[in-house]
Amino acid sequence: MASAAQRRIKSISYAKYGYIFILPFFLVYFFFQFYPLINTFVLSFKGNDSEGDKFVGLDNYKAILFETEVDDEILLRTSPKLEGVSGEEKKALIKAEQDKQAIQSQHEFFKKSFGNTLILWFGNFIPQIILSLSLAVWFTDAMLKIPGKGFFKIVMYMPNIITAASVAVLFLSLCSETKYGAFNQILHSFGVVEDIESNNSKDFVRFVSGTWEPRFVIMFIQTWMWFGNTMIMLMSGIMGINPSLFEAASIDGASSGQVFRKITLPLLSPIMVYTLVTSMIGGLQMFDIPFLFHKGTGISSINPNVRTVAVFIYERFHAEHKMYGYSGAASVCLFIVTLCLGSVTFYLNRDKDAIAKKKQRKKLAQQAKIKNKQFGGLGI
Amino acid sequence: MSDMKSVYGQGKDNYMFKIRLKSTILFIWFIILTIICLLPIYALLINATRSNNEISSGFTLIPSNYFTKNFKNMITIDYVKDAFKPLIGYRNSAIITCSATILTVFFSALTSYGIHVYDFKLKEISYTFILLIMMVPTQVTSAGFVEFMIRLKLHNTYVPLILPAIAAPAVIFFMRSYLKSSFPLDIVEAARIDGSGEFRTFLTIAIPMMKPAVAVQAIFAFVANWNNFYTPSMILMDGDKQKQTLPMMVQAVQASDKFTDFGIVYTCIALSIIPIVIAYVLLSKWIVGGVALGGVKE
Repeated sequence: MASAAQRRIKSISYAKYGYIFILPFFLVYFFFQFYPLINTFVLSFKGNDSEGDKFVGLDNYKAILFETEVDDEILLRTSPKLEGVSGEEKKALIKAEQDKQAIQSQHEFFKKSFGNTLILWFGNFIPQIILSLSLAVWFTDAMLKIPGKGFFKIVMYMPNIITAASVAVLFLSLCSETKYGAFNQILHSFGVVEDIESNNSKDFVRFVSGTWEPRFVIMFIQTWMWFGNTMIMLMSGIMGINPSLFEAASIDGASSGQVFRKITLPLLSPIMVYTLVTSMIGGLQMFDIPFLFHKGTGISSINPNVRTVAVFIYERFHAEHKMYGYSGAASVCLFIVTLCLGSVTFYLNRDKDAIAKKKQRKKLAQQAKIKNKQFGGLGI
Repeated sequence: MSDMKSVYGQGKDNYMFKIRLKSTILFIWFIILTIICLLPIYALLINATRSNNEISSGFTLIPSNYFTKNFKNMITIDYVKDAFKPLIGYRNSAIITCSATILTVFFSALTSYGIHVYDFKLKEISYTFILLIMMVPTQVTSAGFVEFMIRLKLHNTYVPLILPAIAAPAVIFFMRSYLKSSFPLDIVEAARIDGSGEFRTFLTIAIPMMKPAVAVQAIFAFVANWNNFYTPSMILMDGDKQKQTLPMMVQAVQASDKFTDFGIVYTCIALSIIPIVIAYVLLSKWIVGGVALGGVKE
């Protein structure tokens, strides 16, 4: 009885339900993510501000990526001989000159923000991975008797859950270059900051407006926010390693350093790659904290030493003259960099044994083929 | 014989001593890290209870009794009232976050179930596609996304903040792995024999069975949406306070030059993080467990 029903059900094709179930995802994905991705590429080939509909080819890329040399001819015509030209022409020449300068400043901005992104990323990723990896190893070490491991894990993960915008404004207030700033107050009590009552910001440690000070603060905030997350991911990776390997090593008398280098690290590499790639993507997108770590209204008040590429993209969108073109070009550059770094990481960490085996198999197959041919190509 | 024993005992003692020493040192190190993790938040809460003058007089870890006054100032002084509206921020953030979370979880469960249970021609291709697009950073598409929304006149609305939540590749990946490990296909067949329709099977059998995965992903989607500052500030560009989310309210505190009373500033920041901290304290076990689960991706 049941088998008849079963057979009947098996003969019905349910394939159409598969399509129905995955349809909403693909519709929304193509509308809200895939088309925008294409649109970003399209925008990057279009003009800025009032020339938004004009196709300008690679001009935006040229503008943000390369030093545009000011055309000597234009300079010659604009500066000394300016008196000789008539009104309309003069205006056009001045405008051309201004355009050139604007383009140059785009390049300067982009170069600087790209450099800042790399600095901030390295500065938070390296301490973060060292801290997380060491903590993950210690937390998973069954020999160590440390009470309250669960509590420590929960506390260390907490900064990650707090709204990044709030964290940025909190640190901004704590770092304030006035007598209200907690860090400057602490430094004052150690005698580093001498005159706490003055209103001159030069007397304070410039945690917000300096060059390297705000960078260090942002690196610290990023590390503070993310080391707990990385630690827990690495821990779950370590716990996935076969425990008998650790046991065998300890019976053979391996030191904890040896265990780490010869067992933990090699077997952890897939999850390390995952961490590296996610952190890289996250780091290249760094926005909230660099964007909010300054006091004052308007975009111009952002400290240029902490402006990241994401902030650059955002600014071009919120500027008085919309510069979608530069924004799109910067996004595409970011995309390409992410893609390259991601592939390189995967390539460097690929499973060499598996590839070698595959190659060998291919070789054998080829040899077999050649052999077959030798026998008059009568192979199957 | 006895010599041997004592040497062995000594070695063991030595070993135990080493372990105990290492554990103690690490314990102290963990305590230091705990203090570093909590200190900024503690300092925030302390400073929220102090007056502007008290804050200027130096840094301390002892709370004062000025919190109610700060709070009163926050809701009465005009420039603060206009820039920072915590209740409206909570409401807007809650609307966006809850809808986006429900959409993410439901449609990701639906998609992963569709891919897991049914056999169809494009099955493998669509799953590979989902894995590929997981790598595309959201910031990269944002320029094209916002420009497209402006063209559709959907900017300054919540649609672009809520609807795209349906497509969450990473969540689908997670749920698919979960289904693979703990959802036998026989169940679906049994349900069919009992005359259950496909959608009913999904809603009444699959979803309850996927509860652990759904809960973990719901928590993460909630936190990510609640904390999201980039997308809302890109989309809601007209500066209408009634529409803004909580992180955007916090930005107002940072951007305005008028906020010179640090007691009020700290109170505003404290109000913006208190809900999420409470939620974390209540759900921390699941959250930390969920991060570990999410980490085991091959």
